[in-house]
Amino acid sequence: MISQYEVNETNEMVEKENLDVRTITIGISLLDCIDSDGEKCRKKCYDKICKTAEKQTEVAEYIEKEYGIPIVNKRVSVTPIALVGGASCKTEEDFAAFAKMLDEAGKTVGVNFIGGYSALVSKGMTKADELLIRSIPLALSTTERVCSSVNLGSTRCGINMDAVALMGKVILETAEKTKEADSLGCAKLVVFCNAPDDNPFMAGAFHGVTEADAVINVGVSGPGVVRTALEKVRGESFEVLCETIKKTAFKVTRVGQLVAKEASRRLNIPFGIVDLSLAPTPAIGDSVADILCEIGLERAGAPGTTAALALLNDQVKKGGVMASSYVGGLSGAFIPVSEDQGMIDAVMDGALSIEKLEAMTCVCSVGLDMIAVPGDTSAASISGMIADEMAIGMVNAKTTAVRVIPVIGKGVGEKVEFGGLLGYAPIMPVNSFGCDAFIARGGRIPAPIHSFKN
Amino acid sequence: MNNKTIITVVGKDSVGIIAKVCTYLAEKQINILDISQTIVAGNYFNMMMVVDREKATVSFGDMADDLQKVGEGIGVSIKCQLEEIFDSMHRI
Repeated sequence: MISQYEVNETNEMVEKENLDVRTITIGISLLDCIDSDGEKCRKKCYDKICKTAEKQTEVAEYIEKEYGIPIVNKRVSVTPIALVGGASCKTEEDFAAFAKMLDEAGKTVGVNFIGGYSALVSKGMTKADELLIRSIPLALSTTERVCSSVNLGSTRCGINMDAVALMGKVILETAEKTKEADSLGCAKLVVFCNAPDDNPFMAGAFHGVTEADAVINVGVSGPGVVRTALEKVRGESFEVLCETIKKTAFKVTRVGQLVAKEASRRLNIPFGIVDLSLAPTPAIGDSVADILCEIGLERAGAPGTTAALALLNDQVKKGGVMASSYVGGLSGAFIPVSEDQGMIDAVMDGALSIEKLEAMTCVCSVGLDMIAVPGDTSAASISGMIADEMAIGMVNAKTTAVRVIPVIGKGVGEKVEFGGLLGYAPIMPVNSFGCDAFIARGGRIPAPIHSFKN
Repeated sequence: MNNKTIITVVGKDSVGIIAKVCTYLAEKQINILDISQTIVAGNYFNMMMVVDREKATVSFGDMADDLQKVGEGIGVSIKCQLEEIFDSMHRI
């Protein structure tokens, strides 16, 4: 029998520590909608999305009520559009029409983001891939809900440096096209190395080609819950610290597992995975940086930060894996800057730099995330940052990503406000030395060797 | 499906809290399986009820809304949740 203490503990996690299910994401395959007639293709895609996700919002609200757990976001991810639109799209505008269709479909089913305006180009780009990538600035500046991602490298294939060079330009152009809104378009655009097929989190969610027709993936959260649990073990040894994180991660993940199974049953769509990520929000206390401080750092970014984050990330996985039958997606601690008040404070106090963030991405998911940089940063420098991050992912066989926002018209010391879950960010300085000749080389970085590890 | 629901009532203590909640449950044919109640820090009322909704004449959503209103009337917060959420979180 459940005790009153246990009931109160759960309810306090929800009411005081921001425990929630961050997203229920329905992944939908659009491969069966492919048609050489663009209009027909878009109509089929629109109809399939609307039919599959028709009851998503209603079911989520039902589950929210019955279990008393907030479900913050309802989202949809689709097959990378470069694959779906390849047969019919001959121009950038043709692809942008697909973005419009996704935006409309997202609006109809009531989701706040729809992901999958994507291309997978880790080894090479097809004509369609390249067209889609070039159309991203247009697509993101003319839609509201569409999120875009591009996979630029993998441990198996190496890094496609042609695409890395192109993405530097595309990110800048997207920033320019959305400069009226503080370059918000770039917050909906992420590049990956080793992108997972089943990630439920935006902006990087897409429905991989290895997936079934439709699938439900759930992302849990709970930085506030972990931090509160750690408050009770201040000064204790690493053993106690790790046990506490594991137990807490177990509880948080169990909520996600229950919600995912229930959503799957009610929507009659198979359950895919639970993503164990500790995803912060700008709400006070819902911060991964605050956990690092609770572990013993004065500020995120201080010496010891990478070790503390490595420990945190690993214990979250160890606790979470036990709690769910299928774990996938990104699964780890997110370290976005603008979406985490503790990270913002660390940057403002001068404790945290882009270089330290890069080091942190070696031991956690996902990468350089929601980092605002000066609007006059060159395309080559952005490509250089991307290449560095892709290299970390490629060599360490992990997912890494870059979501930087060059804020047009603003420089270091200024702030940028994105609003809502995206938060606000101080603009961070980028190393001012160039890498133009490196990026201009063209071609690929070969896949790394998998022996002689050291 | 499991019909067991946990009802929690927290807030400032006053006369008749349990009576009001129980009256509502009886009207709607909801059977009470267990009640535990404590007063914390002098006058802070904290109650947990396990109820069975098998013969309930009201939907879960309506019950939750009605009880919330009952709570507002007497200055306490009343929450209804399916037992599964606690089971999955606290039991391996």
